Amino acid sequence: MLYAILCYAHEETVFAWSKEEEDAVMAKLIEVQTPYAQAGKLGPVGRLMPTTAATTVRKGREEPLVLDGPFAETKEVLLGFYTLEAETLEEAVAFSKKLSAVNPGSSSYEIRPFYVFHPGEMKHSETKT
Amino acid sequence: MTDIAWIELALTAARPQALGALLRYFRDLDTAEEAFQEACLRAIRTWPDKGPPRDPTAWLIFVGRNSGIDAVRKRSRNDPLPEEEAFSDLSDAETDIADRLDNSNYRDDILRLMFICCHPDLPATQQIALALRIVSGLSVAQIARAFLVGDSAMEQRITRAKARVAKAGVPFETPGAAERSERLGIVSAMIYLVFNEGYSAGITNPDSAAFCDEAIRLGRLLLRIFPGEPEIMGLLALLLLQHSRAGTRIDAQGQIVLLEDQDRSRWDRKLINEALALLDKAIRHRRPGPYQVQAAISALHARAATPKDTDWQEITMLYGLLEHIQPSPVVTLNKAVAVSKLEGPEAALAMIAPLAEKLDGYFYFHGVKGGLMLQAGQKNEARQAFDRAIALANSPAECAHIRMQIDKLGAVTPPAV
Repeated sequence: MLYAILCYAHEETVFAWSKEEEDAVMAKLIEVQTPYAQAGKLGPVGRLMPTTAATTVRKGREEPLVLDGPFAETKEVLLGFYTLEAETLEEAVAFSKKLSAVNPGSSSYEIRPFYVFHPGEMKHSETKT
Repeated sequence: MTDIAWIELALTAARPQALGALLRYFRDLDTAEEAFQEACLRAIRTWPDKGPPRDPTAWLIFVGRNSGIDAVRKRSRNDPLPEEEAFSDLSDAETDIADRLDNSNYRDDILRLMFICCHPDLPATQQIALALRIVSGLSVAQIARAFLVGDSAMEQRITRAKARVAKAGVPFETPGAAERSERLGIVSAMIYLVFNEGYSAGITNPDSAAFCDEAIRLGRLLLRIFPGEPEIMGLLALLLLQHSRAGTRIDAQGQIVLLEDQDRSRWDRKLINEALALLDKAIRHRRPGPYQVQAAISALHARAATPKDTDWQEITMLYGLLEHIQPSPVVTLNKAVAVSKLEGPEAALAMIAPLAEKLDGYFYFHGVKGGLMLQAGQKNEARQAFDRAIALANSPAECAHIRMQIDKLGAVTPPAV
């Protein structure tokens, strides 16, 4: 099964991290991911920019509306996602628990099975951070 | 990160909204700050055992409000409220009520908190200090180190600024649309001031360099509560773009490195990409303003892989637009620099000649003028301009940079024997 693992957190707190705190958390997250990547189980992993950079297209009465900001105004927002191929839900849960343990900013990881709609052929030049 | 470090971050993040709500409730900055402080102390005492509440901000507002009422009652010698245990364990239902009460107002609460720091009677440095203390929650000691003054001097300065704000009367009624937009403009300017203080003083003092991060946080906060304002998108994009070069604009010896000499591979792509996303959003609104135009200019530099790829044509056009919406001799000076890249130094010198009187006391004017004269081969005039620039330099780094230019003069014209 393919799983999307969606990371939710309080945005204000995560973006209040200092550079050092951020680097430390990222290093630990990469440590958790590496074995899964080496086993060929980990697909693209994305980190979302702040919701202030988001735009929402919503169904309007006639034309779709283009709105500034995220889809819903909630306390916790989607901050990033992983794609993982796991044998069982247990494996996806275990992976998420490891991520959660090293990420003080995350308050929840939603594990949602998905199927490949399009494998994509994106060139990654602009997307590296 | 330890539990306490994490709680402190959560408290800092919740501060503007919680303190803003408490200020609306108590209508007095000191009472609101004390109430918030008390709520934070209780959070540090109770969260590690019970875990953080689902909504830390609502918790802090609720607890702060109760402790503030308690304090006000104690002062008037009335009965105290129950012990903290009675309300440190909020049920979700109570949190929801506190939430609803305050969500309707939170945009104006945060804006008001920022706005009171921008009183026109306060000089720029006091506005910066007050905003960092009240909105960002930096300690007096942190701010004092950044301004290179003692703690007690800074404490006094902030107390005096607060007294002035209190005397002026804080506007508590919900602002109308026109007034809200005026407040947004004033608060944006304050955020830009905070950034600039970090940008210029940060060269020699790492304590003030942190102001740049604070300004970006404030910009994100302002945009989060007013997500459809293109000028706030422009402001935040501008700050992010300037900050993306923070690691490259000063070399290991503390010397200024000009844009064209910076190592572009070390510019922070993450910040640049966020800025470009914001700028794209802003442009869709078709309501250009000074921050958007300045960010667009900065973005053209960020997009150029090497200095010679820079789109000077477009930059000149954008400076022309900026001259139109916000005329100033400094903008014309910057436009002249762009023109010099397209048409050569003589054309630019002709453009800046009429600015000489207005910008006579401005370091950058004489630096640019000297540089253009150097390029045009007018060595004696260049030397004069550089001498004037050194006399006006704001920092040792600026001084050293001009000296380097003068050295270049020396290298091309060996002294006559």
